Order: sequence, then structure tokens, then C-alpha cells
Amino acid sequence: MRTKLLVLVAALAPAVAFAAGGEAHLEHANVDLGNKASLQRGAANFVNYCLGCHSAKYVRYNRMAADLGLTEEQLIENLMFTGERPHDTMRIGMDPDDAKRWFGVVPPDLSLINRSRGADYVYTFLRSFYVDPAKATGTNNMVLPGTAMPHVLWELQGVQEAVWEGNVDAQGNAHHVFKEFELATPGKLTPEEYDGFVRDTVNFLEYVAEPAQMQRRALGFPVIAFLIFFTLLAYALKKEYWKDVK
Amino acid sequence: MGSTSQTARAGGGRLGALVGWIDDRFPMTKLWKEQVAEYYAPKNMNFWYYFGSLALLVLVIQILTGIFLTMNYKPSSAEAFSSVEYIMRDVEWGWLIRYMHSTGASAFFIVVYLHMFRALLYGSYQKPRELLWIFGMLIYFALMAEAFFGYLLPWGNMSYWGAQVIVSLFGAIPVIGDSLTEWIRGDFYISDVTLNRFFALHVIAIPIALIFLVIAHLMALHEVGSNNPDGVEIKKVKGPDGIPLDGIAFHPYYTVKDLVGVGVFLILFCLVIFFAPTMGGYFLEHANFDPANPLQTPPHIAPVWYFTPFYAILRAVPNKLAGVGLMGAAVVLFVFLPWLDRSKVKSIRFRGPIFKFFLVSFAIAFVALGYLGLQPPTPLYTNLARLFTVVYFAFFLLMPWYTSIDRTKPVPTRVTYHAH
Repeated sequence: MRTKLLVLVAALAPAVAFAAGGEAHLEHANVDLGNKASLQRGAANFVNYCLGCHSAKYVRYNRMAADLGLTEEQLIENLMFTGERPHDTMRIGMDPDDAKRWFGVVPPDLSLINRSRGADYVYTFLRSFYVDPAKATGTNNMVLPGTAMPHVLWELQGVQEAVWEGNVDAQGNAHHVFKEFELATPGKLTPEEYDGFVRDTVNFLEYVAEPAQMQRRALGFPVIAFLIFFTLLAYALKKEYWKDVK
Repeated sequence: MGSTSQTARAGGGRLGALVGWIDDRFPMTKLWKEQVAEYYAPKNMNFWYYFGSLALLVLVIQILTGIFLTMNYKPSSAEAFSSVEYIMRDVEWGWLIRYMHSTGASAFFIVVYLHMFRALLYGSYQKPRELLWIFGMLIYFALMAEAFFGYLLPWGNMSYWGAQVIVSLFGAIPVIGDSLTEWIRGDFYISDVTLNRFFALHVIAIPIALIFLVIAHLMALHEVGSNNPDGVEIKKVKGPDGIPLDGIAFHPYYTVKDLVGVGVFLILFCLVIFFAPTMGGYFLEHANFDPANPLQTPPHIAPVWYFTPFYAILRAVPNKLAGVGLMGAAVVLFVFLPWLDRSKVKSIRFRGPIFKFFLVSFAIAFVALGYLGLQPPTPLYTNLARLFTVVYFAFFLLMPWYTSIDRTKPVPTRVTYHAH
């Protein structure tokens, strides 16, 4: 109770800033939901590399397949491996208690990650792992320092090292500033290919965060067109009636 | 007797007979005439007069979409967040209904703020419209409560912490504060119990109050008659038939005019729904796509934009109790406008430069406080918020003084209107 009150007071105090990570510079993901091929590759990346630990529990397999232009056979053959039925949602077998024991945190569900964090955040996060011997996983992340997530994609990207710059500010304090990443060991993919891989995955997550958005934008145009027509008609009607107001 | 005369008026035939039958038992035609067809409104009402009918439209949208959301929403801490995603993904047209409701909430406040500003521009709260104004303010308070209770329902992390922060404000009240917050939450923290009661208040209690208040607001309006941009009482100059010379029947003249307003409003409303339903995080906040987590606050807690002017005032005051008091005063002071304003004229068209200066600075302060309330506080922002808080209160507290010394222009007896 006492700690809860303290949290409350802190939340109320004028200086609220529980930043969950630094204000890292984010790269543009440039997601494109019109690119079906990218979405399909992203779906494959997701089920192969993410779905082991991260669920997407609000996403229904067959709805996703239909939106991505896949048949049910293609869906079962390429994207479903653990005996789910097509109308199931993307859940995982990992027990949350086990996850907590192994990683310290339960890996978050990714259904809405692009809506809560943004595509650019996820894109930059997946490209910002670097070697850090101080960490149990051997890697750290520039976007989310101290993340419990290991660099699952190291085989594809290779191993990055962070290059730091030392500088001294006007007050004479030394600063340790991140300059750039250096690829220490190349992976299976070239840096360009890896960026494409991450972009496809983030593109898929963008779709997953709001499956209705394709429908939404498509429907928007005829609705607005009708309303413009309606408004012009209403305006003509108003003009006609108001002729006799002198 | 009554039956035959009513039938004649309705134009005869089967339909006329039915209307006559009803009118003998219920004042249908009478109500229609009194409230719509023979309600005479000033012919010079301008752009600012669209927002009353638009507020009514948004209320209807909120009630209808709310009914359908309630059919699929589960008010429990275990299922609320998932049920909203279920609506967004699995319910037929669920996403559209939800976006209409979430956009409707912001649209309601936009429309109501413009409606209130109209009253400030043209002195619509002045005698004899004091009660009309007070009913309007009660609607505004009910609307704030409705928005606050509704905001908890998606059970996102911002819902949770927003409710936590606002409920805890009552804790600032001396002696009873702590027990009061406990009583509101029904628990020691925001929990399933809180969610359930907020749901009940959001879908039953407040909407009923809102509907009754809107009816009272409209009855008061139709009793005293609409004000207009000239602030002229049209009832003072009547023709031989007893109809104000500057009045025109609400129906059809203002029904067709308001239809144009409805069209333009719906275009903007649908642009948001179909192309920017989160409005970049202002209508639906990013942090609210994370489920409620009592152990972790969002990176930056701020209420939704329509509460931020008051939130900025709260944060501008170093003492919590004083901050809460000042925030409450900022909301409640509107009620006293009819008695704070000592001016002999209503409309800004005939007011002097001092009132214009204070009104413009008030509008700037309101928007600036709204912006500052959204930002994480910095020393500069806090000082700016203090400055604008002073400007905000000066508008109200100095009003008896500046409205009585201001130089006003003579008010004509008839409204200004140029036929087009």
C-alpha cells in the first residue's frame, strides 16, 4: 500500500517522466501494406523467428491468410507448424511462469506492438542489438537498453559492436556517446538483405496491429465521395428555401 | 370537435385520420409546431450556430454506437482489453462502430467547446438565458464525467493510470480524502470492481442524466428563444400576427441549413474515422494499446486532449490541494458568467475593446494550456502554464470590473441581415 501511494504521488508530481528506455533516434521503417509479397514474407519471418516466444493472440490464422492473399492450403503448409486449426489465434505453448524463470520477464504479446510503440521503434529495435559481455544474453540493445531479449536474429544479421565516442562537455564532464554500429562478424544476410528482412517483419506486424485498416482506407473513399455529394445537395436545398428570407 | 379540426390540418385522408386520432390522445402536432415548425429563430444566425445541432447529432451517434459496443464488450479486468480487440477484429463492422465511438468522444468536446465559445462571443448566457446556460454547463459536466468513466473501459495502460491519477485527486481533500478515493474505486486500487461501476455509470447513469439535461436545455431555449450574433431580442419587435419580424420558422429554414452543417461535419468526422482514427495519438493514445499494468506506468501520463487545459492548471500549482481547488474552480467558474458580466450589451459586435482583449487572451490561454497539459513538464512550460492560468482566471474574476467600465456601442432594434 505504502509503495502504491508513493508511485501515485510520483505519478502526480509535476515532473513525471518514467521513460521506459532512452530517446534513441529511430530509423524509418517505411511500411507498405499494399505490398502483399512483403507481408507474406513478413508472416513467414514472424512464425519462424518470433512465434516461439511471442504470441499474437488476437490474430486469427485464417483471417490473416485471407487478408494476405493466401489459400488455406498455403497457410497450413507454410505458416502453421504446431497442429493448430486455421480458425485458431496465434498463441504459443510457452508457459508464462517458465518464461519468467528463463528470461526474467514474460515476452510481450505482439498483436498490438506497432500500435503502442510504432513501426519505426520495432524496426530500429530489431537492428540495434550489439555485443555487451556484461549482459547474460551477451547482447544489449540501443533502443531498449537492458532488454531481456537475446539477439534471436544474430545468425542472419551477424554480430554488431557499438562504437562509442568520448567527449567532454562545457562543464568538464566526460560523456560516453554512441556513434555507430560496426559489423564484427557477418551473418548469413548482407546488411541490405537484413534490413529488408526486418522491414518485411515489421510490415507484417503493422498489418497484425490493425487488420481492419486495409478495409478501412478502401471504404473511406466512397464514403467521403457520397458525403460530398450529400452536402452539395443539402446546400442546394438550403439555397432554394432561403430565397424567401428577406 | 378536436378530431375534425386536426384532420383538416393534416390534409385529410387515412394518414390525416391517424394523426387526428393520435392528437386527441397525445399532443403530437402541438409539440411539433411549438418546438419546430412554429419555433421562430432569428434569421441572422451564422456559422457559430451550427454546433448546437451538431452536439445533438454526436450524442445520437454516441448512444447508437454505444449500444452496439455494449453488446460485445465485457466489463471485467480479465476480459475488457481482449473484448475491445475482439470488437476490432472479429465483430462484423466492429472496428467502424468502435472508431465512430472513440472519434465521437473527441468530436463531442470539439463541438461543445465551439458551442460554448459562441455563447461567450454573443453573450448568450445573459438575461434571460441564465438557466439555459446553467443547463448547458451541467451537460458539459455530465459530458466530462461520461468521458472520464468511458476512458477506463478499454482497460489499456493509459486508461488505468489516467483513472488512477484522476481518482487520487480526491485524496487531496483534507480528512475524508483517503476514504473518499477508496469509496469511489470500491477497492484500494483501480480494479475489477472499479471497472464494473465505471461501466454502469458510463452506460446508464450519466447517459440518462445527459438526455434529461439536453431536454431541459432545449425546453429552456425554446421558452426564451435563440440569441443571435447581434444580441438583439427579436421578440421585442413583432408583426401583426404576433411573429417576430426578424424570426423565421426553425423548420424548414434551420433544418435545411443545419443539414449542410451536418454534411460538412460528417465529412470531417469520416476523414478521421477512415484515415486517421488515432489522430496521431491524440484521440486514441499509443500507450492505451498496452493492456492495463498496475506495476508499470506509461512513459508519460497525460489525460486525453479535452481535459488538458485543466490538467495544465493542476500541474501549474505546487500545492496539490490548491491545484485541485484551482482546477475545479476553472471548470465551475463558467456557471457564474451571467452574474459576472455587467455589460449592457450581449454581442461582441457592440462591446468595447477591453472585453475583446480579455476574450481573445482567454481563448489563447485555453488553447495554450491545452497544449502545455499534453507536454511533459519542463521549468519553462510550468512557468508558461502559470502565466496562462493567471490569464484564464483574469477573464472571469476581473469581468465585473472590465465589463462595467468598457465603452459599448448602441445596439440596434433589428438584426443585421443581408439576403443572398
